[in-house]
Amino acid sequence: MSRRVKLSLYGLLCVLCVPFVFPTWWMVTSSVKPINEIFAFPPTLVPDRWDLTSYSRVFELQPFAQQYWNSLYIAAVVTVGTMAVAAMAGYAFARIRFPGQNVLFVVVLVGLLIPSEVTIVPLFQMFHDFGMSDTHWPLILVPIFGAPSVLATFIMRQFFITLPGELEEAARVDGLGRFGTFYRVALPLARPALGAVAIFTFLHSWNLYLEPIVYLSTPANFTLPQALTQFVDAYGGPMWNVQLAAATMTALPILVVFVLAQRQFIEGLAHTGLKG
Amino acid sequence: MAATQLRDRVAGHTAARRGPFWTIPRRDALVGYLLISPQLAGSVLFVLLPLALVGWYSLQEWNVLAGTFDFVGGANYAKLLADPKMGEVLTSTTLFSIGLVVLNLALALLLAILLNQKLAGTTFFRTLFFSPVLVSLVAWTIVWQFLLQGDGGINGLLGAVGVDGPNWLRGDATALLSVVVVQVIKNVGLNMVLFLAALQGVPRQLYEAAELDGANAWVRFLRITVPLISPTILLTSIITVVGSLQVFAQIAVLTQGGPGMSTTVLVYYLYQQAFQFRHFGYGATLSVLLFLIVAALTLVQWRMRRKWVFHES
Repeated sequence: MSRRVKLSLYGLLCVLCVPFVFPTWWMVTSSVKPINEIFAFPPTLVPDRWDLTSYSRVFELQPFAQQYWNSLYIAAVVTVGTMAVAAMAGYAFARIRFPGQNVLFVVVLVGLLIPSEVTIVPLFQMFHDFGMSDTHWPLILVPIFGAPSVLATFIMRQFFITLPGELEEAARVDGLGRFGTFYRVALPLARPALGAVAIFTFLHSWNLYLEPIVYLSTPANFTLPQALTQFVDAYGGPMWNVQLAAATMTALPILVVFVLAQRQFIEGLAHTGLKG
Repeated sequence: MAATQLRDRVAGHTAARRGPFWTIPRRDALVGYLLISPQLAGSVLFVLLPLALVGWYSLQEWNVLAGTFDFVGGANYAKLLADPKMGEVLTSTTLFSIGLVVLNLALALLLAILLNQKLAGTTFFRTLFFSPVLVSLVAWTIVWQFLLQGDGGINGLLGAVGVDGPNWLRGDATALLSVVVVQVIKNVGLNMVLFLAALQGVPRQLYEAAELDGANAWVRFLRITVPLISPTILLTSIITVVGSLQVFAQIAVLTQGGPGMSTTVLVYYLYQQAFQFRHFGYGATLSVLLFLIVAALTLVQWRMRRKWVFHES
């Protein structure tokens, strides 16, 4: 490639990445600016003066620490639960022969075709009848066992199918039972696929918005996405500095963790069964 | 004597033929059933049952005063057909989905091709393009809401080059466009990564051979790249089409369906009817419609696969 082509490619990449990078940068830096500087033009790329009052306002206006904990523990429980459910089902569908297998697999796969919005009305009524409105149960149970986990099961099945069977056969010849073979031999080998499933699931739970606003009504039960939209003044206008501080606290830790782990994530994503 | 012997032998024989009940295949099958049972029970309880119930609720309407469902037969479907807002909702949904899918797939492929060049630092750029995927959805939307205001950052930038920008979220066409662009930038990284993996799987020799035969870059792209990554194109388009019909948070935060009905897509209308106006029965009817649309689109794309998707084996 000639030097000129290379330079123009770099130029193109730099221009293209502005809308991808600028909003996040702007969110983080503005959250520590005083309110008048947020609206300053031209926008300052680094704050002239640091002002952390909006951070303390976040905790005064909403039970934000509680809401943070809600999102965090729900996402953690959902992630671990989904990994377990999907690894077990994915392994069984990929490796074990049992009567009715194909029919049952199709029954499970229906979940892939159904956007969760389609079933939100009856699910809301169901959980209402169970006395679980305004609790976190719907946000935990449905993702672990319902439609969202089907994608994870599918990914795990595709992964186990591509796994060479010799190790498992050797383990069985040595007298390990079917479950032992799954738990001690196949599962440790499935770490890349499980990693992709974990990150997917965590993000999905962390970003959930329709379900929390449908099920939850008490601010102390809210999750973060729902809490972020609550920082409005008496006239319903957004309190920008406080919103941006809350948004930064919601987005930045996750972003940093995933950027550090992104190699595993992106490669796991691209190579675990989702590849066409 | 002989008879007893014979009886013993027959008994022994059948015992041997029956063997222990828990043979290895049977034990395996039991483990199989146990392993799938949580997922299966979840699918029945949280997918199939609600799906059946959605059909049942669509024949009823919620009575706010009594707090019960009343059977109304096909009244909700009649209401759907006569709903004066339905035309606008379906128009917004169609425009939104087409805009999103076309822009998302085109940009994803462009970025993947750029990142697939032999350049130093492509991993760094890949991280940058991918990073919005990892930013909390509502946080991302709030930032854009600020940037898209009449006196927000976008118009500030436009003003710097002498262009007087519109109030993006207040005009019919610009509001829809804004939601599409915000959503594409947020999620295009996912498809980009899938395309990149597919592009890396295309053997380089094919391009070299085509180049020797005098095929230019465009022909090489159309005749080699596109057919070889067509399974990924199919997969990403199915994911993106279905995903485009599920966009909710962005609309709820950015425009609340407005101005007018211009960004009221089907999912948002469903939410308003069921959970703001408490028309649960009509909401269920709209859910049935959403389900039929998703099912039809998936089926059509799956059929098209035979026509234009290239299979290696």
